[in-house]
Amino acid sequence: MIDKNLVIIGGGPAGLAAAKSAYDSGERDIVILERESVLGGILNQCIHNGFGLHTFKEELTGPEYAARYVEQVEERKIEYKLETTVLGVNADKVVTAVNETDGLVKYRAKAVILACGCRERPRGGINVAGSRCAGIFSAGTAQKLINIDGYMPGKEIVILGSGDIGLIMARRMTFEGAKVKAVVELMPYSSGLNRNIVQCIKDFDIPLLFSHTVVDIRGEGRVSGVVIAAVDDKLQPIMSTAQEITCDTILLSIGLLPENELAKSATVKLSPITGGATVDENMMTSVDGIFECGNVLHVHDLVDFVSKESEEAGRSAARYIKENRADRDYVEAVGCEGVRYVVPQYVSKNTQSEQIQLKMRVSNVFKNVRLVGLIDGKEIFSKKKQIVTPGEMETVTLNKAQIDEIRKGKRLEVTLKGE
Amino acid sequence: MKDIIVIGGGIVGCSVARELSRYNARITVLEKFNDVSCGTTKANSGIVHAGFDAKPDTLKAKFNILGNAMFDDLAKELDFPFVRNGALVLCFDKEDFPRLGELYNRGLDNGVEGLKVLTKEEVFEMEPYVSKEVVGALYAKTSGIVSPYEMAIAYAENAAVNGCEFNFGKRVVSICESDGRWTVECQSGEKYSADMVVNCAGVYADDINNRVCDKKINIVPRKGEYMLYDKSCGYLATRTIFQMPSKMGKGILVSPTTHGNIITGPTANDVDDKDNLYTTYEGLSEVYEKSLKSVPSLNKRFVITQFSGIRAHSVDGDFIIGESDKKGFYNVAGIESPGLTSAPAIAVHVAEDIAGKLNLERKRDFNPVRKGIPHFAIMADSDRAKLIEQNHLYGKVICRCEVVTEGEIVDSINRPVGARDVDGVKRRTRAGMGRCQSGFCLEKVMEILARELGVDFETVVKHEKGNIVIGKAKK
Ligand SMILES: Cc1cc2nc3c(=O)[nH]c(=O)nc-3n(C[C@H](O)[C@H](O)[C@H](O)COP(=O)(O)OP(=O)(O)OC[C@H]3O[C@@H](n4cnc5c(N)ncnc54)[C@H](O)[C@@H]3O)c2cc1C
Ligand SMILES: Cc1cc2nc3c(=O)[nH]c(=O)nc-3n(C[C@H](O)[C@H](O)[C@H](O)COP(=O)(O)OP(=O)(O)OC[C@H]3O[C@@H](n4cnc5c(N)ncnc54)[C@H](O)[C@@H]3O)c2cc1C
Repeated sequence: MIDKNLVIIGGGPAGLAAAKSAYDSGERDIVILERESVLGGILNQCIHNGFGLHTFKEELTGPEYAARYVEQVEERKIEYKLETTVLGVNADKVVTAVNETDGLVKYRAKAVILACGCRERPRGGINVAGSRCAGIFSAGTAQKLINIDGYMPGKEIVILGSGDIGLIMARRMTFEGAKVKAVVELMPYSSGLNRNIVQCIKDFDIPLLFSHTVVDIRGEGRVSGVVIAAVDDKLQPIMSTAQEITCDTILLSIGLLPENELAKSATVKLSPITGGATVDENMMTSVDGIFECGNVLHVHDLVDFVSKESEEAGRSAARYIKENRADRDYVEAVGCEGVRYVVPQYVSKNTQSEQIQLKMRVSNVFKNVRLVGLIDGKEIFSKKKQIVTPGEMETVTLNKAQIDEIRKGKRLEVTLKGE
Repeated sequence: MKDIIVIGGGIVGCSVARELSRYNARITVLEKFNDVSCGTTKANSGIVHAGFDAKPDTLKAKFNILGNAMFDDLAKELDFPFVRNGALVLCFDKEDFPRLGELYNRGLDNGVEGLKVLTKEEVFEMEPYVSKEVVGALYAKTSGIVSPYEMAIAYAENAAVNGCEFNFGKRVVSICESDGRWTVECQSGEKYSADMVVNCAGVYADDINNRVCDKKINIVPRKGEYMLYDKSCGYLATRTIFQMPSKMGKGILVSPTTHGNIITGPTANDVDDKDNLYTTYEGLSEVYEKSLKSVPSLNKRFVITQFSGIRAHSVDGDFIIGESDKKGFYNVAGIESPGLTSAPAIAVHVAEDIAGKLNLERKRDFNPVRKGIPHFAIMADSDRAKLIEQNHLYGKVICRCEVVTEGEIVDSINRPVGARDVDGVKRRTRAGMGRCQSGFCLEKVMEILARELGVDFETVVKHEKGNIVIGKAKK
């Protein structure tokens, strides 16, 4: 058993930012555990640009963005272990990890930050019928095959789902000489960023079919085509509209799920909506001293928000290690009417924070609305939006005065109102 | 020494080969796919049936009961996943209640032990998540669950260790006899000769038989579709939950698997094509709707995969086991459900029968024990630590969802009758069988396969013809 003040699980942007800010808050006894052979997480395979506009005011590629944080971790000489998989964490903050050189290692930590990211939803999650042949990949797997390993998964592609990774892969595959025949989305709107729809789909004249689904996958051995059909307002396929598109590859981009097995093993309470932990403004979960940040907490669309959130987690963990105190006298923050969730779910009545960023997602596309915050019915903020979509995370940053209002109340509701 | 050819490497072919390998004979299995267990054996409910369902005085009833009783010892000897978890047949309608009694009596006739008719309350006590509409159930204590492909692989490995030869990619296309010797020819051109040919070709057993025998058989492919749920739903059922067959049809089952997932299905539809393993929109909808009748809280969102299997339904309705009208040509055909359950008993019977016909002697050095791949995921920490000390590759996790290490994957490739493709690794180690369905580990598994087999990454396949990567990207 190794004693360690702070164990950070995951060396993606969340884990790196958390480590850096914990260090800068005075904590020196830190280890980052990462199962891959390099730091940087999912960013390593995102070789397109568009990262860091908020944080660095410039457009970086994924690996460049990651490199900046890796550098800061290296400069601070923060310990990290690669090719090390964490098998379990318990509520006493004992972290069990394994790698080839050290074998099975147990850390007894004063604080743990879960920064394990998310995984892609597999085919099963959407019940696509048809052949069970080769040639069906998650968009992220295809991204890794092309960008990291240098292999093309196919030549004629249909993408199912319009999440960001799918959109980005449509462009990437096109660059590599593949023909993307269609992007098929069940909902009447995309679950990806508008920016990606314009830059990755429209600019390349790739057909984007909303309110459509795949009803059959054909092929023996390898995919030979998909049958798609329009759906009615109950999302049931209208079989009379069925048409076959020939292709050799199907990419699925049907959403991401926070990777919360470790949180579960530590008896951390999870939100049924986000799939991540429920946290307070310090990113502390329901278990004292266990924090969560990044995509494991809720799926982000922009890495800049991941970094910011994770710095908060790092700072709070450092403070927790010193003070060994958790404030559980909470005001609850909930999403109502069109707002699916709010993170953090709790704000401590004794909070020391001068600034709190609320992050939320909406349940549908709404135009000309206001994001309104009500504390026990009283409006404390209102943010005008021309359009909000489920694919784009919304944020509201609260100032000291607004936080003081919240501390006096019981329940913070965030809701959508017409103009 | 006598030569025996077994056509087909499903559970029937593998178990027959293993039981035959107790005797002094040269045994060769010819399988058209790259691996054992790629036919019906990989896609079924995996239930070790108690035996109340089979018609009395049929081969199905006989071998079901005999087979079921063998599982506890066999699962230890061959080290494959098996749990005797018990089963319930739910009755939803008072009017159907007498038919539970019929099932009970049929079970008694067949010699099934430990049957009991339960009240509604008793059912809820056993299975709190079943529908409140239930009015009673038949409980069968001896029912179990098995991992069917792991069972077939275990049989194959043990057969191989005892001298049996497995040849893959060998589709048998012609069989002829002269002077008591059989010549079996494969599509790839090879010829094999033998004193005895055992037909274990599953849905194609009629095709093989009808090439040789005067007495024709007819096997109708009948498809069954399934949905498999994430382990987080595993708490919803601990026993196998059947529905009482009613005017609404046969009903579908909800069962835990040996690895803690929930399986629901199967449908039953006759199909024209014996290789048609497509799942259908209608089939999956039927499975889902009917499963809710038994366990209303099943949530489609937690389905991780769907699949289908083809039953080898013999038009005569019973197993066809025995030497055919041609001496030296032996049928083990029409082995539909409860085929998996019956296979161990069928295999012993077939091997003894053939040994008698060919005057085979028992081997003195037969080794009945097979040790499976160590499964890191379910080991105690102390055992994990020891294993890594012996081989550091057990410290490298490749499949995150199922916690499968590189050590296990390498073992699965290099052991007897080892994995040759991605699905082969998956069936042996569970790499890629978890909730992300290989999204993260696919290319790592491909790399390990390429390295261990000494082939190019691009040539690694998912299964048979299923190539995964089309080619090198432009750099
Ligand atoms: C494919 C893709 C494309 C994207 N495109 C953009 C974009 O264009 N622009 C943008 O701004 N944002 C984009 N994002 C979003 C942004 O990059 C992510 O939100 C961000 O990378 C999340 O950071 P993270 O650290 O939470 O997760 P990750 O980057 O996934 O890092 C988690 C790390 O934890 C490790 N880990 C997990 N479990 C364990 C364990 N048990 N033991 C040890 N290590 C473990 C993982 O290996 C991984 O390295 C994209 C996201 C994805 C998935
Ligand atoms: C939907 C469904 C549910 C079931 N549920 C259960 C259950 O719960 N419990 C139970 O006990 N049983 C069950 N069964 C039955 C059980 O799965 C089968 O009885 C068993 O798997 C049959 O094994 P097999 O070896 O005969 O067939 P297979 O596994 O199909 O093996 C036959 C092999 O022969 C090979 N082959 C065919 N033709 C040739 C050729 N020309 N040359 C070379 N090789 C050839 C094939 O490739 C195949 O590998 C179920 C079956 C289905 C379809």
